[in-house]
Amino acid sequence: MSKVSIEIDGKPIEVESGTYLLEAVRDLGVDIPAPCRYPYLKPKPSCRLCSVEISEGADSVSKIVTSCNYPVTAGLKVLTNSEKAIEARRAALNNLIGRTAPTTLLGDLAAQFKIDNPKWGHKYVTCIFCKLCIRVCDELVGAKALSFKKVTDQDTTSIKLDPEKCILCGACAFVCPTNHIKLEEAQDRPVVHSEMSLGPNAAISLTFRQAVPNVPRIHTEQCIHFTMGGCQVCSEVCPKDAIHYDQPDQIEEIEVGTVIMATGFQDFDPTPMKQFGYGKYPNVISAIEFEQMNNAAGSTGGKILLENGAEPRSIAILHCIGSRDDNYHKYCSRVCCMYALKFAHLAKEKTDAEVYQLYIDMRAFGKGYEEFYHRLLDEGVNVIRGKGAEVVPVSYKRSAEGGLIVRCEDTLIGKFREIPVDMVILCTALEARSDAAAVGRKFNISTGADGWYIEAHPKLAPVSTTTEGIFLAGVCQGAKDIPDAVAQGSAAAAQAMRLLNKGEVLMDAAYAEIQEQFCSGCRICNGLCPYNAISYEEAKKVSYINSALCKACGTCVAGCPTGAIKARHFTDEQIYAQIEGILT
Amino acid sequence: MSFEPKILGILCNWCSYTGADLAGTARLKYPANLMSVRVMCSGRVDPGFIFDAFKAGADGVLICGCHPGDCHYVEGNYKCLRRIPMTKTLLQGFGIDPNRLRLEWVSASEGLRFQQVVTEFTEQIRSLGPLQLKEWGYTPHQSEAGHPEPQPALNQ
Repeated sequence: MSKVSIEIDGKPIEVESGTYLLEAVRDLGVDIPAPCRYPYLKPKPSCRLCSVEISEGADSVSKIVTSCNYPVTAGLKVLTNSEKAIEARRAALNNLIGRTAPTTLLGDLAAQFKIDNPKWGHKYVTCIFCKLCIRVCDELVGAKALSFKKVTDQDTTSIKLDPEKCILCGACAFVCPTNHIKLEEAQDRPVVHSEMSLGPNAAISLTFRQAVPNVPRIHTEQCIHFTMGGCQVCSEVCPKDAIHYDQPDQIEEIEVGTVIMATGFQDFDPTPMKQFGYGKYPNVISAIEFEQMNNAAGSTGGKILLENGAEPRSIAILHCIGSRDDNYHKYCSRVCCMYALKFAHLAKEKTDAEVYQLYIDMRAFGKGYEEFYHRLLDEGVNVIRGKGAEVVPVSYKRSAEGGLIVRCEDTLIGKFREIPVDMVILCTALEARSDAAAVGRKFNISTGADGWYIEAHPKLAPVSTTTEGIFLAGVCQGAKDIPDAVAQGSAAAAQAMRLLNKGEVLMDAAYAEIQEQFCSGCRICNGLCPYNAISYEEAKKVSYINSALCKACGTCVAGCPTGAIKARHFTDEQIYAQIEGILT
Repeated sequence: MSFEPKILGILCNWCSYTGADLAGTARLKYPANLMSVRVMCSGRVDPGFIFDAFKAGADGVLICGCHPGDCHYVEGNYKCLRRIPMTKTLLQGFGIDPNRLRLEWVSASEGLRFQQVVTEFTEQIRSLGPLQLKEWGYTPHQSEAGHPEPQPALNQ
């Protein structure tokens, strides 16, 4: 890019040719109002508030131009604050004022240009006709949903929205200099930025704060570029040129020798347990929601607040929601008692609330846990032995007011109790991920009746699985707390390293093999094998068992119509001999 | 002397055999009528084993596997579950009461359940009486010359 020298208010400067005058002037620190300018759109003067006086060459006549769309040329002389320029801007401003209702933007400008009694031309239409919204919608977004229309009864023109074409991206409301366009929920269509109040919800975001690699991702289903084809503002602002829209999703195949399954758990959804009113009463929250509330980067900035923004005066923490429950999960989730105690501690620390713990058994089993429980007792937390039975509003007529009553039986004093509280925290069960079985099938490992992955042996091989080289770590194998999950993860890593260092896998001596001369090639066994160890050899017209994959269950042996498959160490001859031996 | 039935138990290695072990270590008593054979999985149970057992003089056959969904080999117990009704139909054809064959799910932790299942099944067989293959003119095997070797397939 070549540089050209121009003169602004008597100061000679060098700017790149092709830049617009407004940018050159603003670079010098001279403030010129330009509400109809948006940096990612081509300039199109409509407000004319950026007018300046220029003269080209030594003896040419000076003229007024709009600086936003005037490209610089060599030898240009610019006067930004000459009387002529100010007068032109004042005239443009008066023109705008004469067509619209009062707004902060124009009001401030009127004061700046010393217009004492602005004569507002309209009572409520605050549009200044800059057309930024229409241009953003047409040029950047590409939805082409906005247009001007004449409103006869209001004697003005206004913006008209085509609801069929609008994608509710909110770009028009964002660029509108006078807030004439507001983003509102349109019937039942959700606004893209509906969670704005909880934090940024743009189409580009970090997956989560500790993500590895910690780089933003574009959510293509929300991105205007991917849905409408326009925009590309992010690639314009990126100083490192890191954004490429044409980069396809890549599927990488990595060859590995061992796999550690650490797929974790999902939270139990307490909505079906109607007696606790989760989802019905706003101040009945789940444990993870309370945890989010306590996060300094969370929605309340780390404060414990009720739905209406007030601090709770009393909190009930209900243990065993969905766990140790015949109707849902019979097992104990193990972590809840301790985090419930932590919650009580946090609540005591951050608020003056009275805290009630409603438990079946206090399972403070780990190192230092029992001590923590006693510390909490000293802090004045009320512990009630008895599972919370029901949460009801203080009065059904005034249920909107938020007061709640927890009903329970205090089994230590043998009394039925009703405890008035402001907030109820449900300690929900850890449960196996809903897709655990499907994922397990891919790795040939099985899930137990409660959905967790089954280890090879509960005592002697707690991190191995029935498939050689696949190990389990963490909650995917069963509910456990962080120290246990770390211990198991380390064990799994050590087991995996052991295999990697050795470079070979020790197989069980028991496996099935096909005696080719007896195989009829019927392929019944191929479908029977849960480990996909049996394949059909077209050339020989027989099936073949991969002994490295075979786990010696023998299902194929029993299914083979010609008796061609031999289960080593469990052959038909051996079993028949055993049967006959013990019966005669 | 009351009739003491001979019952063959075919137990899967991972659940039922361990469950039977647990019954033993827990000092639970179950009738000595059951004699068990260990297989890796209930899916290994060839219907031939069952016929052979009756031929060899068993009065009942009890097959135990892992609970559905709990199989060590993912789904071997379902394969067994499919084979048993077929075997029962065949048994009927031979004139053997299908109630002499039973499939039960016993997990490794269910020693008590194993005891109950065995006790109950033994009582059931006792009430059914001895299997009278001999009366029908069949002599338990001894004279039989083992089991037929598989014949080379036609496609070879």
